[in-house]
Amino acid sequence: MRSLSLFGLLCFSCAVQSQTLRIGLAEDPDVLDPTMARTFVGRIVFSALCDKLFDLDEKLNVVPQLATAYEWSGENRTLTLKLRPGVTFHDGEKLDAAAVKFSLERHKNMPGSNRRGDLAPVASVDVVDAHTVRLNLSAPFAPLLAVLTDRAGMIVSPKAAQAAGDRFGARPVCAGPFRFVERVAQDRIVLERFPEYWNRGAIHFDRIVYLPIVDSTVRLANLRSGQLDFIERLAGSDVAGLKGDRRFKIDRIVEIGYQGITINIGNGERAQSTALGRDARVREAFELSLDRDALVKVAMDGEAVTGNQWVSPANRYYARNVPIPKRDVAKAKALLAAAGAANPSFTLMTPTTSDAQRIAQVVQAMAKEAGFDIKIQSTEFSTSLNMADKGEFEAYALAWSGRADPDGNLHIFNACKAPLNVSGYCKKEVDELIGKARTTLDPAQRAKFYEQIAAELAKDRPIVYLFHRNWLWAHAAKLSGLRTVPDGLVRVQGLRMN
Amino acid sequence: MRRLLRRGGAMFGLAVVAFFVLIALLAPWIAPHNPLATNWGAVRQAPGAAYLFGADELGRDVLSRIIWGARASILAGVVSVSISLSLGVPIGMLAGYLGRWVDALISRITDAMLACPFLILAIALAAFLGPSLANAMIAIGISATPVFIRLTRAQVLAAKSEDYVEAARALGNPHLRIALRHIFPNIVAPLIVQATLAIAAAVIAEASLSFLGLGQQPPAPSWGSMLNTARNYVDQAPWMAVWPGLSIFLLVLSFNLLGDGLRDALDPRQK
Amino acid sequence: MQKYLLQRLATLVPTLFFVSILIFGLQQLLPGDPAIALAGEERDPAAVAYLRAKFHLDEPLPLRYWYWLSGVLHGDLGDSVRIQKPVTELILEKLPVTIQLAAMAMLIALAIGITAGVVSAVKKDTAWDYAANAFALWGLSTPNFWLGILLILFFAVHLGWLPASGYVSPFEDLKANLAAMIMPAFVLGNAIAAVLMRHTRSAMLQVLSSDYVRTARAKGLNERVVVLKHALRNALIPIITLGALEFGTLLSGAVLTEQVFSIPGFGKLIVDAVFNRDYSVVQGVVLFTATVYITLNLLADMAYFLVNPRMRG
Repeated sequence: MRSLSLFGLLCFSCAVQSQTLRIGLAEDPDVLDPTMARTFVGRIVFSALCDKLFDLDEKLNVVPQLATAYEWSGENRTLTLKLRPGVTFHDGEKLDAAAVKFSLERHKNMPGSNRRGDLAPVASVDVVDAHTVRLNLSAPFAPLLAVLTDRAGMIVSPKAAQAAGDRFGARPVCAGPFRFVERVAQDRIVLERFPEYWNRGAIHFDRIVYLPIVDSTVRLANLRSGQLDFIERLAGSDVAGLKGDRRFKIDRIVEIGYQGITINIGNGERAQSTALGRDARVREAFELSLDRDALVKVAMDGEAVTGNQWVSPANRYYARNVPIPKRDVAKAKALLAAAGAANPSFTLMTPTTSDAQRIAQVVQAMAKEAGFDIKIQSTEFSTSLNMADKGEFEAYALAWSGRADPDGNLHIFNACKAPLNVSGYCKKEVDELIGKARTTLDPAQRAKFYEQIAAELAKDRPIVYLFHRNWLWAHAAKLSGLRTVPDGLVRVQGLRMN
Repeated sequence: MRRLLRRGGAMFGLAVVAFFVLIALLAPWIAPHNPLATNWGAVRQAPGAAYLFGADELGRDVLSRIIWGARASILAGVVSVSISLSLGVPIGMLAGYLGRWVDALISRITDAMLACPFLILAIALAAFLGPSLANAMIAIGISATPVFIRLTRAQVLAAKSEDYVEAARALGNPHLRIALRHIFPNIVAPLIVQATLAIAAAVIAEASLSFLGLGQQPPAPSWGSMLNTARNYVDQAPWMAVWPGLSIFLLVLSFNLLGDGLRDALDPRQK
Repeated sequence: MQKYLLQRLATLVPTLFFVSILIFGLQQLLPGDPAIALAGEERDPAAVAYLRAKFHLDEPLPLRYWYWLSGVLHGDLGDSVRIQKPVTELILEKLPVTIQLAAMAMLIALAIGITAGVVSAVKKDTAWDYAANAFALWGLSTPNFWLGILLILFFAVHLGWLPASGYVSPFEDLKANLAAMIMPAFVLGNAIAAVLMRHTRSAMLQVLSSDYVRTARAKGLNERVVVLKHALRNALIPIITLGALEFGTLLSGAVLTEQVFSIPGFGKLIVDAVFNRDYSVVQGVVLFTATVYITLNLLADMAYFLVNPRMRG
């Protein structure tokens, strides 16, 4: 009898404990306003806080969330969305077509918005009825649905947003499964279960606490000592050590982003200052000098897949006509000789993260065998963005967190004068093809355009794509229901502690 | 000098510092491997016959990197403290000796600099000068200067009121002579103690700056940057951290023991 | 006496003025366009232009300094762009954490540093002296982040005695608060202990060889009484000054320790703001910690003045 009651007591205490989910983040998120936000890590918090019109599944298909159905019409210039009925915001306001119109217009027009580019083709938004909105586009825009699975598709409470003005991010009010409780900068973000959430059956926690812990060793230590239930971005070198521990489980999926080396071929004077920037043969030789398999094995502990395009070989839009080139030092040397630059030298601007530093050093050592003399210049991130924009670099080791639609990894980096086209690449044929690929809705046809683009880019090589990292998550083995979506976000729907 | 040699601790310090300086100078001849040579087959290999101290995250020889890293770390410590001393001592003496508005101005600026966090000063200066080991040394040196200004000034003020200085002044000695001959020798002891401490701080500050991408540039080694990289592999490859950690410790300890010896040898009051 | 105090108080204003110029100037030294840094990885051109206008980045420096200064004089330190919170709120949020950490670190440093310093001075040139030196210098020569990680792996992961990192308010749970703070406080205190130890040793040696102590010894006083009552008391004066300075440094200088232990204090706040170019935060928080530092300094000076009779006169 006594042992029975003790058992009951124990069970009661574990039930109480398991109601809070503690997640260790790799960085401190920036502002929690979907219109202004700009960091990857912030999107992890948003996925519990703010529901979006659409979501992504494990295979990158667009699936309904706040919108239940969509229809293209008017030569693909009009997207009509049916909204989920009976959804309320955290402040009790109704989520209806007017709120959607308000949020999309806020994303487009608010000063300082970072969503403007995402929604550029959306000319206007009409309220058709309480649960139907119509997006009128200036031109067909294939990535739009994918864009609406991210921050641009998050709907905020108009009442709260109007009241808070440009301090909305300090106390965001959305329609996600959890609502905002408090935030202590660099310490914690606390969310609590929103009882009126439309999909409340899928929520099995009362609270989520996000704790930014920058140091990966310490993040893992917190998991192992039981202070955290879940950590994102486990270091690849820690996988082997954790594998043997049955209390924990590791999950992984290949990212939608890429790691590559952007070469300055047309951005200011520096482009002409190196053989690498001037001559496509030198760039080809550079690519041929790299052994991507060894790079991934050494620099990433094997936790990445090799690649040579803006999407990974697993992606449906990967162009199979342009396979990953094998390392060929002899051919690289021959190309360099033909280009009249047997020992080309250049500076590789490298962010200060340990990943980037490792990658740069391995690339440096590999390229050296073909005759390249690479100087690594570690540059603090904020400075590197500015130098990249101004063209004050020769090559730049850049990681891009990636977008669900291939256009999000391609257009802003490779189209003429696009905002993040720091390599200064500009070619009319490629521009036209990128334009066609983003205005065509049919996937098969789009894939054909991407094959042509891949072939062109493989000739010019403004960016040498290296690999696609694995998102690595480690969590208590008791935690189940994690969906491994390639965007790297942690979806809380379905997560439970057994 | 003779008194210095008589002390065991100071001798030990001198020996170790000399040993490290020698290693740094002879690096090209005594390092068993090229410190930059990578070996993909030996990534994080444990110490053994091939790599006496083990291999690092890119399969480079840790021993060779320690030997070459001695250059960067000793330079980072000594050069930056020399910069602090050569700026701080004259300015501090000026403030202490001249007094009045010169002192007031220098003291206020020094106070202001001391009030700003050291690492922030160093980060801003290093970022402004551009990332390199030399610039990191300058940034650390300048950031550590106010401590020396303050210390020098305080010592000068104390020494100024001593009888022999008053006497020298009464005899009509020129200011510069009083400052150099009568005051300076009396302020050397605390300066040395502070300098040996500052060398330690500078070696570690270089580590912090290289962690932020503002110190020694990869792949060239410094003990600080080696230790920084190693913290990602504390569990898997402890040797990556043990050797640079031990080297920093020994160097810092030796500089301090040496400083103690110098202090005792130079202090006129302990004759 | 009063005159001296008034003189010292009067120096506050020019010092703070120089601090404000220094902080403002340092920010301008940082390379890169702050608007681009704030707009981040995606840096939409319209967003960059907006930030540029919002922070008057195209206007002349003196004017921008004036905008800031007049805000400060009106008690407005501005908002953090990165998380849209007023800087004053951030300071209030982190002040108790920082003070607690600094105070605990200081206690540890004083306990270790003075003890080791006295022992090594009294037992000069013996094994005790070397051991005390080695112990103190170990603290000085071990980077904080490194010692921190070792402690976490040992006490949190291996033994499971302490939480790995994080912060708990003492008003919520005092025991958990102390458990979370003890490791970072030790790491910080350990480093400062080395400095205190070196200076204690140096000051003790000086006092021990002074006529005054020689007289006390000649009077046949017990050596323990001589050391603790006569020598240490005199040697403590510079240590107090130094301690106050180190305490001030702890307020904003515990950057890497705060980072390793995820303690939300000023140091990490400032450095992150520097790297994100969150100007209002850098300026506001450094100005605040600098003011505290200068005030502590002033108090230490006054204490020194009161204790040390030679300075009156």
